[in-house]
Amino acid sequence: MSWKTGTYSGWGRIKSATGELARPERASALAHVAAEGPAIGNRRSYGDACLVSDHRAIDMSRMDKILSFDEASAILHVEAGVPIGELARIFAPRGFLPAVMPGTGFATVGGCIAMDVHGKNHHGAGSFGQHVTEITLASGKVLTPGMELFRATVGGLGQTGPIQSAKLQMLRGKVDVMMVTERRADDLDSFLTLLDDSTATYTVGWIDATATGAALGRGILEEGETGAGLVPPAKRGRRVPLNAPGWALSAPIVRAFNQLYFRRVPAKGRTLVKPIDDFFFPLDRIHDWNKLYGKKGFHQFQCVVPVGERGCIRAMLNAIATSGLASPLAVLKRMGEGRAGCMSFPMEGYTLAVDFRNRPGTRGLITELIAECRAAGGRIYFAKDSVARAADMSGMYPEQADWAALVNATDPDHRYETDLTKRLDLRSTSK
Amino acid sequence: MTQETWILLGATSSMARAMARQLAGEGANLVLAGRDMADLEALAADCTLRGAATSVATKFDARDAATFAPVIERAEELAGDEALCAAVFVGSMPPQDAIDADPSLIDGTVTDSFTGPARFLQMLAPALEAREKGLVIGVGSVAGDRGRIGNYVYGAAKSGFATYLSGLRNRLGRKGVHVMTVKPGFVDTAMTWDVEGMFLVASPDQVAAHMLKAGRKGRNVLYTPFFWRYIMSIIRAVPEPIFKKLSV
Ligand SMILES: Cc1cc2nc3c(=O)[nH]c(=O)nc-3n(C[C@H](O)[C@H](O)[C@H](O)COP(=O)(O)OP(=O)(O)OC[C@H]3O[C@@H](n4cnc5c(N)ncnc54)[C@H](O)[C@@H]3O)c2cc1C
Repeated sequence: MSWKTGTYSGWGRIKSATGELARPERASALAHVAAEGPAIGNRRSYGDACLVSDHRAIDMSRMDKILSFDEASAILHVEAGVPIGELARIFAPRGFLPAVMPGTGFATVGGCIAMDVHGKNHHGAGSFGQHVTEITLASGKVLTPGMELFRATVGGLGQTGPIQSAKLQMLRGKVDVMMVTERRADDLDSFLTLLDDSTATYTVGWIDATATGAALGRGILEEGETGAGLVPPAKRGRRVPLNAPGWALSAPIVRAFNQLYFRRVPAKGRTLVKPIDDFFFPLDRIHDWNKLYGKKGFHQFQCVVPVGERGCIRAMLNAIATSGLASPLAVLKRMGEGRAGCMSFPMEGYTLAVDFRNRPGTRGLITELIAECRAAGGRIYFAKDSVARAADMSGMYPEQADWAALVNATDPDHRYETDLTKRLDLRSTSK
Repeated sequence: MTQETWILLGATSSMARAMARQLAGEGANLVLAGRDMADLEALAADCTLRGAATSVATKFDARDAATFAPVIERAEELAGDEALCAAVFVGSMPPQDAIDADPSLIDGTVTDSFTGPARFLQMLAPALEAREKGLVIGVGSVAGDRGRIGNYVYGAAKSGFATYLSGLRNRLGRKGVHVMTVKPGFVDTAMTWDVEGMFLVASPDQVAAHMLKAGRKGRNVLYTPFFWRYIMSIIRAVPEPIFKKLSV
């Protein structure tokens, strides 16, 4: 089987790895390489979760077949490399939607399982792994919910070995469009209250991370429901051809943009009909949008803190707004308690996600935010992080040591470690 | 468009899979032929779920002529009187040094890349002529345009296949069946994954879409991506006394 040495990076383009990669296209080829290193998907993780320096890794992006679909039970069996957005595109017109979808359709099913991703419906539907009915590892092991190894694999950062295929319980219902209501929230408290009180199936809050003073935490709540009807014509994707210059996302420009973006929604709110992709994957229309941040790349910070910790969110937003480092991309959401793995990110609370340009001061700011999050009893998301140190982890993931013990038993040679698990010492059992 | 039935020879290859999925999206019938039956069965299911009317996996081995007729029978059955089309992706490229060590590898390379598929198309030709419509896409290679030190056996086989296709085009064109020769440049496939020094690499999806579009428009010879046409016309123009000293 062919291995090739390459240099590749995570979505934020801050971290990169040089190592050997194989990219099998069929089951027989995967079987040859599966024991050699961890699987990686479409590298939509921002930091180093999808990087393996100086070792072998298996690029799963060509293992992307749809294996079977049973309409009666709505269970779909797919290879792990298939992108989740493709499943939405193919099955939505036939009346089925993946039960949970992250904010990018390019994430593969394997990546969605290994991060136990959440979507805009997390408060109701729970996490991705809660809708997985079976996982087949490349080693041939078949895992079902209730098994210890299943809980170690979902949200398991690839540490139990490559996932070859999985069965997903699809959501039933004809979905052609999304009915979206947008409402303005003038400050943080009214925003959080809107989020608490929302009864919509899908919700997401855009937050103006540059607003300060009385406007701190203002933003727009988007609530969505699936609908059937006329489909607006799909627009063609665009591509960002070059790295943007450094000033493109500088503080004054972001402030001005956010101002306009906020005012775009009338004070009394409005309701729109959107294509499915525009609602679920708003950024995917612009391919390679990560280049907008220029050559230096960017960070995303995402944490979740318990519902009682509004003060923590306020303190974080204060630090962010005064730093001048925030980008227009900032999201606030109410999260439910649904999670399916030992190392899953979700917990009941508020989750805040903010993109930052990579500038002097960014790492310091994120380190500060991580400390605030930990003090509030929250946790940070492995799919986004590239700043935390091993010491920051203590207490965030209570099942980590047990998980590590189980994983170490199935992978005693630590072949499936990634740069992230090494950096955060996640396979250590002494915590 | 009326329903087409497509035979894809070498259907487990990256480019064939991309083409199969595009044809599935159009609702075609697919006969997926190759050696790895497990993968072909999975691909057949995949294509059905992506919209193919019917999608079947059948055995095809360029080195075993007994496998040819059943593929043709299956396709004729599915096509009825409607259009029957074929795309040939088979071929093999052992490293030149392996061939130097064991010259008998030449026989297999030529069978996989030239005589096997040619014999298959020869058997298929009457069925195409009878329908008086249809399209044959034969995948050659830019390596067939000129013998080069790195892969001249493969190049020679592909060159033979290209000449065969040009003759077949001459014959079938009289009956309303079009034959297109394709010469892909660098494509990001399993076969080229660890090949060094590739540039301007195209994705299998791009190349498959280009092939279908051009074939339906009646193009005779297609370089894909398009700029390979210019690259190859330069390479062909280099006088032999100079070319023989190059290692391009
Ligand atoms: C624009 C954008 C929006 C996003 N929105 C959300 C969101 O709303 N919610 C959310 O939860 N996340 C979100 N994410 C994060 C993203 O969903 C996760 O990082 C996801 O894991 C990416 O999938 P991937 O296929 O690219 O995996 P990669 O990033 O390549 O890998 C991620 C992890 O999965 C493992 N892995 C991948 N494939 C396999 C496999 N076959 N077997 C075993 N392990 C495997 C890898 O080892 C690694 O640990 C977003 C990311 C972007 C870029």
